Amino acid sequence: MRRRLGVLACAALAAAAVQAQQDARRSGFADMSPATQAMQRDDTQNPAMLFVADGEALWQRPAGPEGKACAACHGDARASMRGVAARHPAFDATLARPVTLGERIDLCRTRRQRADPLRPESADRLALEAYVALQSRGLPIAPPDDPRLAPFRARGEERYQQRLGQLDLACFQCHDDHAGKRLGGSVIPQGHATGYPIYRLEWQALGSLQRRLRNCYGGVRAALPPFDGVELVELELFLAARAAGMPVETPAVRP
Amino acid sequence: MARVLLTVPAAAKRGEIIEIRAAIAHPMETGYRRGADGQRLPRDILRSFACRLDGDLVFAAELFPAVAANPYLAFHLRATRSGTLTFTWEGDAGFAQTETARLAVA
Repeated sequence: MRRRLGVLACAALAAAAVQAQQDARRSGFADMSPATQAMQRDDTQNPAMLFVADGEALWQRPAGPEGKACAACHGDARASMRGVAARHPAFDATLARPVTLGERIDLCRTRRQRADPLRPESADRLALEAYVALQSRGLPIAPPDDPRLAPFRARGEERYQQRLGQLDLACFQCHDDHAGKRLGGSVIPQGHATGYPIYRLEWQALGSLQRRLRNCYGGVRAALPPFDGVELVELELFLAARAAGMPVETPAVRP
Repeated sequence: MARVLLTVPAAAKRGEIIEIRAAIAHPMETGYRRGADGQRLPRDILRSFACRLDGDLVFAAELFPAVAANPYLAFHLRATRSGTLTFTWEGDAGFAQTETARLAVA
């Protein structure tokens, strides 16, 4: 019996090893300096928690003519928003296209609270997004299995493979073919969007995945796609599928 | 009011060395950058930070334009008595903010 258990344990270990081998994906967290890692690990050191605290206050603050707060419908975010960030971008039936978590929050504001929309990259929208996404921290990224998303995701993958800009580079050339090597002094990450919105030390502020993607567009000298435009949402959708199963790290810190 | 995150141990033993952490949301605009219109952005930084225990200064710091946005300061002090810790930040354009936290020493 004991021997059999031993064999089983060995088999389990081997299976885990095979799985680890198959999953060569690594979060950008693994490539950061120990000091920056410590900053993300410890909430009392993480500057993004300042924005999360703002988001928590906004969650409770009434908005719109009826004076309803997010909490009036959704209650305690810690329960109601758990796992929500892990399944975005998701399909919106009214717009007939996928929306990011930030857009979803904005749609809820304009449709349900009938309040003014929040500008993309505005401090309030990022704060709410970070607060909502924090409730999914540690959960695996789980893109929805919605057939309506498939064509958008496929276009996102095409964009990922598409060379563009004056440098004529595609995403995959850095983030698949040369990931782990260096660009200037920095390690090229595999580009898994696990911790957005992130506090980027270079920005000295919180920023969304779309801001980061636009940085890359600028880096290859391509025209910047608009915030909340379908191009970036499609790309986000593909990136979510690419990072499926990796744990959500929000609010992450990146150099 | 700027958002502040304070980390003070809930309880400390007498004589114990404790760590206090204080972060504040502030842009720390250096005054050297130019905006999209080419005009120089006016300097807006925090100039000083002080922590007092019942009025007695226990820690102070000067801040300069080279300090990053959202300054985070961590420091140690020996817990000798219970009291109220007062944290004060002062800066350009008349910025002043005070926060308090209870220090309980057993």
